[in-house]
Amino acid sequence: MSSEVILEALGLSRSFGGVKAVDEVSFTLHKNEVLGVIGPNGSGKTTLVNLLTGFVKPNQGQVLYQGRDITGWPPYKVAQLGIARSFQMVKPFYQLPAFKNLNVALYSPRVRGLVGGRYGDRDAVAKDLLEEVGFERDSWVINQQAASLPHGYLKRLELAKCMALRPEVLVLDELFSGLSLAEVASLVPVIEKLVAQGKTLLMIEHRLKELFRIADRVIVLNFGRKIAEGEPAVVMEDPQVKGAYLGTEAEG
Amino acid sequence: MARRRERVDRGIKVRSEDVYALTSWREMLYLAAPRVLPVVALFVLGMTASVYWERVLVSTCMFAMLAISWDVLNSAGMVSLGQALFFGMGAYIAGTLNHYLGLGPWLTLPLATLGGGLVCTLVLLPVLRLRGIYFAMVTLILPLMIERVIEATKIFGGTEGLSGLTPLGSEHVQFLVALVAVWVALYGFRRMMGTDYGLLLKGIKDNDRAVMSAGINIYWYKAQALFLASAVGAFAGAFMTHAYQFVGMPVFALDYSIMPIASVAVGGMGTLAGPMLGSFILVPLSELLRGLGGLRTVIYAVILVACTVGLPEGVFHYLARKYTQFERWAEVDK
Repeated sequence: MSSEVILEALGLSRSFGGVKAVDEVSFTLHKNEVLGVIGPNGSGKTTLVNLLTGFVKPNQGQVLYQGRDITGWPPYKVAQLGIARSFQMVKPFYQLPAFKNLNVALYSPRVRGLVGGRYGDRDAVAKDLLEEVGFERDSWVINQQAASLPHGYLKRLELAKCMALRPEVLVLDELFSGLSLAEVASLVPVIEKLVAQGKTLLMIEHRLKELFRIADRVIVLNFGRKIAEGEPAVVMEDPQVKGAYLGTEAEG
Repeated sequence: MARRRERVDRGIKVRSEDVYALTSWREMLYLAAPRVLPVVALFVLGMTASVYWERVLVSTCMFAMLAISWDVLNSAGMVSLGQALFFGMGAYIAGTLNHYLGLGPWLTLPLATLGGGLVCTLVLLPVLRLRGIYFAMVTLILPLMIERVIEATKIFGGTEGLSGLTPLGSEHVQFLVALVAVWVALYGFRRMMGTDYGLLLKGIKDNDRAVMSAGINIYWYKAQALFLASAVGAFAGAFMTHAYQFVGMPVFALDYSIMPIASVAVGGMGTLAGPMLGSFILVPLSELLRGLGGLRTVIYAVILVACTVGLPEGVFHYLARKYTQFERWAEVDK
């Protein structure tokens, strides 16, 4: 982790009807940092991801990437800059075989030149990526239609699709949700490897125990507002966080 | 002991990367037959048929192109209820170029193909963001609207249309051009859908937000698919204009929107070959029934319903499955 700021949110706000989904949220993401975003259901975590990646336009506030204002950019331009996101609700291409899913991501203008125009090459890169996230190479799984893959594989596929873009920043929206302990444990080294490669990660998570093992810092959202920020151990001692996120002692 | 039907792949599904391991004439024939035989059969059929049936085959080819164009659009997630828009646009561009500027068919055909594709794409560009039924509604309305505009403003011959246009050539020449066009469209698009470009289009249909998050501008690619599909439809329109030596309001009629969809329903979507097969069943069938007078539409509709209920997957998918797999009874251990 360095002191260089790579992504910055300044007073981001977005409301849907009368509900303020995200309310004046500001934070900075440093290069090669793992920042966790936690908060109870409906606290605005996914909306925050959508705001950062251009899927939703903010009512107020700015998003800066390497000092450049990218507020309101369409999603494909944000992705081309090097901010890749995964979806909490997995979005595979159901009709395609697992590895062909990655061919679509590898067709992105960001990496198209790198993997060469040859049909076979892209297939090979796709299979390498799948192996990296834990698909068994040369097994039936990579040729299986995505529609028939179990949830654990679909989550890995989401991560692989992000990695295919060779991004600077990965925004992972509840990557661990719905996975077994063993599956999460097998994904943690993949994440650690990304960090070792110098990537920056923003991880939205509900699985606190696993997140705290990886995250350098966390921010806590509640009702769209940022209520705490800091190192995981410190933040969880914050009485406001305890009250809002984990329930108060009295309720315990 | 319980029994169940088991499907077994026939022939050579074994692939090493992308190269089929061809080891015998029998296997090569197995692969080539379904691709080459229809081409040869259709050619012989057309060249030996009477003038009337040769003409039927020509218009069948053009309906097949509209159906293929529909399937290409659908593969990229755009459901069109208005193939008549593409057909009519191509028809009128060819007709007006021929009538007012005196350009021959060999100039108007390519000009109408490109021009028709371009105009249709530009017209539909604002609604490219709409998906599913919303996009479909717009495409349904547009050709009907243009029909009324021509009627009201009396442009390009108004309700009378433009007649006395230059013919394409002899019956055989017409037939051969139609045949080459439809095979090029079919095999060209099939090849395209097999590449990563085609994968991308299928990806847009499956999940456009996931494609967007890969840094790909989906509207640009949808516009490209729309251009390709509408250009093919426009070619069909331009061709029929010269074949009939006439262009008028009926080119925007609902027939040209519905027939391709019926062909897709009968033939089976997603393969491009299915819609073409569907056209080659439905269009000649409709001609065969012509002798029946008033009951024609009824019988036609009954056959259509029977086809879609009996083989909902489509005739092509059914035939393809029978060709590549065989079924046998297998005993199931409890």
